[in-house]
Amino acid sequence: MFTWTPPATDGTPAREELLVAFDRGRDLRLLVCPAWFDEANKLRRFTIEVMRRLDRAGVDCLLPDLPGCNESLAPLTDQTLEGWRAAMTAAAEALRATHVLAIRAGALIAPPALPGWHYAALSGPKLLRGMIRARTIAAREAGITETTDALMAEGRAAGLTLGGWAIGPALFAALETAEPVLAPGQSDLAQSAIGGPGLWLRAEPDEDASQADRLAARIVQSLAGAPA
Amino acid sequence: MTVSHNLDGAALDLELKGLIADVLGLDPDQAQAFGPDSGLFGHLPELDSMAVAGLLTEMEDRLGIVIEDDDVDGEMLETYGALRAFAEAKLGGR
Repeated sequence: MFTWTPPATDGTPAREELLVAFDRGRDLRLLVCPAWFDEANKLRRFTIEVMRRLDRAGVDCLLPDLPGCNESLAPLTDQTLEGWRAAMTAAAEALRATHVLAIRAGALIAPPALPGWHYAALSGPKLLRGMIRARTIAAREAGITETTDALMAEGRAAGLTLGGWAIGPALFAALETAEPVLAPGQSDLAQSAIGGPGLWLRAEPDEDASQADRLAARIVQSLAGAPA
Repeated sequence: MTVSHNLDGAALDLELKGLIADVLGLDPDQAQAFGPDSGLFGHLPELDSMAVAGLLTEMEDRLGIVIEDDDVDGEMLETYGALRAFAEAKLGGR
């Protein structure tokens, strides 16, 4: 079992968080910023499959839990975009990462000091749009009327539970304008460059070995100096 | 993301069926067998509200349309034919 410790906020004792690591002390160490919420579940296996391939290619891979997500004991509702950014930067330092692979909304919190890749990056507004739409559709099925505008206002004021994830007001408000930014040395890897349908679209979590092969191969090529 | 403009009937069909195949994890060939009466939401257990939301958001991206709250109702999502008619109306109304 591997752990790392995010920065303590407001003097509270820092809690350990878990990570999945293929750590053999090699020179190339890739921090993986996972997809978020429902997409995290749908892409978890794919993410690990990409890491396995990179491990075989000689790259250490480090996939930390975001505080408040997965195995984390921290309350999700307390998390903020800035807090998650700080957490990923702290993870990069603690784990001595040399590169970053950010997946979907993970691109919003990729440490800017690391070179690397944003795979199928997702903006904050699009993330919220999809989750709010799922909620309004589910509400309608249940015979309740909820509007996007009212839910957005509620989210800003008090936070909102979307798809079972309790998003606090600070994170919600930050996501309304959050766009992924490519730092120097970072590049986009669009789904069209990988080929096949994005696995986050699947109604049920699934895997696709050929997509994992291609994403890992692109990263290995790029690490070897070929254009991404 | 490719935004397809001036989609004619066949191209729209291809795009929509491809999208449903992506969501349901079907072979593209399998999705091509969808007819106007093929049931979607409420007929396919995989197609829950989260999956439908993903489908609609992806439709916006791929077709270059905006789907409002009021556009989404059970009827529009019930069959493939209804979804297609909805997309056609949105594309025609731009």
